Amino acid sequence: MWKTILRRVLLMIPQVIILSVLIFLLAKMMPGDPFAGLINPNQDPKVIETLREAAGLNDPWYEQYFRWIGNASQGDFGQSFMFKLPVATLIAGRVGNTIALALVSVIITYLIAIPFGLLAGRYQNSWFDKMVIVYNFFSFAVPLFIFALIMLFAFGYRLDWFPTSGTVTVGLDKGSLPYYFDKFKHLILPGLTQALLGTAVTIQYLRSEVIDVKNMDFVRTARSKGVPTNKIFNRHIFRNASLPIASQLGYEITALIAGSVVIEKIFAFPGVGKLFIDSIIQRDYSVINALVLILGLATLIGTLISDIVMSIVDPRIRIQ
Amino acid sequence: MTEKTKDTITLQESIPPMGFRMIAREFVKEKMAIFSLVVLAIILLSVFIGSFFIDQSQVMHVSILDKYAEPGTVTVDGNQFLLGADEGGRDIFGQLIIGARNSILIGFAITIITSVIGVGLGIISGYYGGLIDNIIMRIVDFIMILPIMLIIIVFVSVIREYNIWAFIWIMSAFYWVAKARLFRSKTLSEARRDYVSASKTMGSSDFKIMFREIMPNLSSLIITNLTINFAANIGIETTLTFLGFGLPQSVPSLGTLIGYASSGDVLVNRQWVWLPASILILVLMLSINYVGQALKRSADARQRLG
Repeated sequence: MWKTILRRVLLMIPQVIILSVLIFLLAKMMPGDPFAGLINPNQDPKVIETLREAAGLNDPWYEQYFRWIGNASQGDFGQSFMFKLPVATLIAGRVGNTIALALVSVIITYLIAIPFGLLAGRYQNSWFDKMVIVYNFFSFAVPLFIFALIMLFAFGYRLDWFPTSGTVTVGLDKGSLPYYFDKFKHLILPGLTQALLGTAVTIQYLRSEVIDVKNMDFVRTARSKGVPTNKIFNRHIFRNASLPIASQLGYEITALIAGSVVIEKIFAFPGVGKLFIDSIIQRDYSVINALVLILGLATLIGTLISDIVMSIVDPRIRIQ
Repeated sequence: MTEKTKDTITLQESIPPMGFRMIAREFVKEKMAIFSLVVLAIILLSVFIGSFFIDQSQVMHVSILDKYAEPGTVTVDGNQFLLGADEGGRDIFGQLIIGARNSILIGFAITIITSVIGVGLGIISGYYGGLIDNIIMRIVDFIMILPIMLIIIVFVSVIREYNIWAFIWIMSAFYWVAKARLFRSKTLSEARRDYVSASKTMGSSDFKIMFREIMPNLSSLIITNLTINFAANIGIETTLTFLGFGLPQSVPSLGTLIGYASSGDVLVNRQWVWLPASILILVLMLSINYVGQALKRSADARQRLG
């Protein structure tokens, strides 16, 4: 098993390298460069050229690339031209918010998906099952941004149950209990929105697993032996069906990243997703480089973890 | 025991496992499926016929005096705003029709292109196995791991002459991978079957086996996948345009209409700008998905209702 894990990790290294080169070249191709925005129109073009030369923007691309990678591995991602801050500080300030949002989303997703999926499979064709099927269909078909808009409109503005933007209300003392409560309140609406649509695949999978296993022979044997139905479901069916969910983690992370870009824009939530969009609009490509690299790495690590978990959990894969 | 004479026994002709009649039967069994199909047909017809009669340049003509006109008011020129106007005084109804047509066409184009590439490469990869399979799967794995939406956004900002076709090609370049994976695994199981070995023994060319024999057996999966993919692609295109990275601002689109809702003022006070577009996308995607579900059920015998 360790061999497969090692092979998997080794495979990841060329992927990371190709990813970083690709991103670097893409960002380089973007029109405009850091000095375009700072230029005084009356400035002599020669001065701008010397500035460019000094910043190393005229060097061949591979030199610039290695310089960037070298700095990046030491944690120096350069300077953001939007905020006049080091990129690393900028990202570090925002990434906490996005991670908090992602955690809330994931927790709510599984809190809803696991019981709904399992129970819908167990009580097949009941009104509960039918309701879950309809809900599943909607969560699969409705695009995230429309749902988020409607949620914001209904619960944020019309009903005024939740705050509509930001992470925390101004004026609260940092570290106090009301501060944390308020932070949590700001997380609920975006987190709930993302979670309600994220349950689609999991519910569908769990429900079909339970239905398949329910009809198998060993269940009939157990029931004829006199084992109470509850025990059959809890011991055998639910546990076996739930384990492969851990393997979905990699794709969860991809979905969360893509979703966060949309959700953070709609809810004006200052996280990494919003930073990404702002930096693209402003052509702040040191931020873009750093963000895509970090997010790409996060996805890679996520898929790696899910592969490892899958190989631990499923003995059939282990033997290979 | 009931008596049956030769005259009263009527044998029902069995429905073939594939084919149009069976699909039609699957639809009839569930009323929502027929309803969705009808709704979809109505939307498609009205959008395409309507866009013939609406002049795009007139719709996108900025008229500040009509800024945020409410539905039903009359413009400066004397025409009536059926659904009001947006910030630039542009007719919402016209934008809705043309925007819907654009989104549908783009979604359709992306679906077709990704299907051709995905199914083609998937079948080739599954049939040949070995080195070809390895190479294609490595590429697929690499692309699947990328944060695709982020990279598309970066690509969109990079291209200098940016138009609808650039957008379509960028999206197609990334979204074929899931299909390739799916059809490769299906082809792998099909390629083991006896009819493939028989054809090989007979000397049929590989190309013929792949696309004249294996592919028709996957056709129900292809059609179902196509339909559900169509809905997803419309969703992705609208999301990207909403964020500002899809169609350029001068082209009417459902995404830009909804994008105006980013400002709290428009969201709360001027719903006529974004609500019709949102409802239209919702109805469109739900009905396409419903039709796709019915097709999926007709393909999988275990789930059939009829």
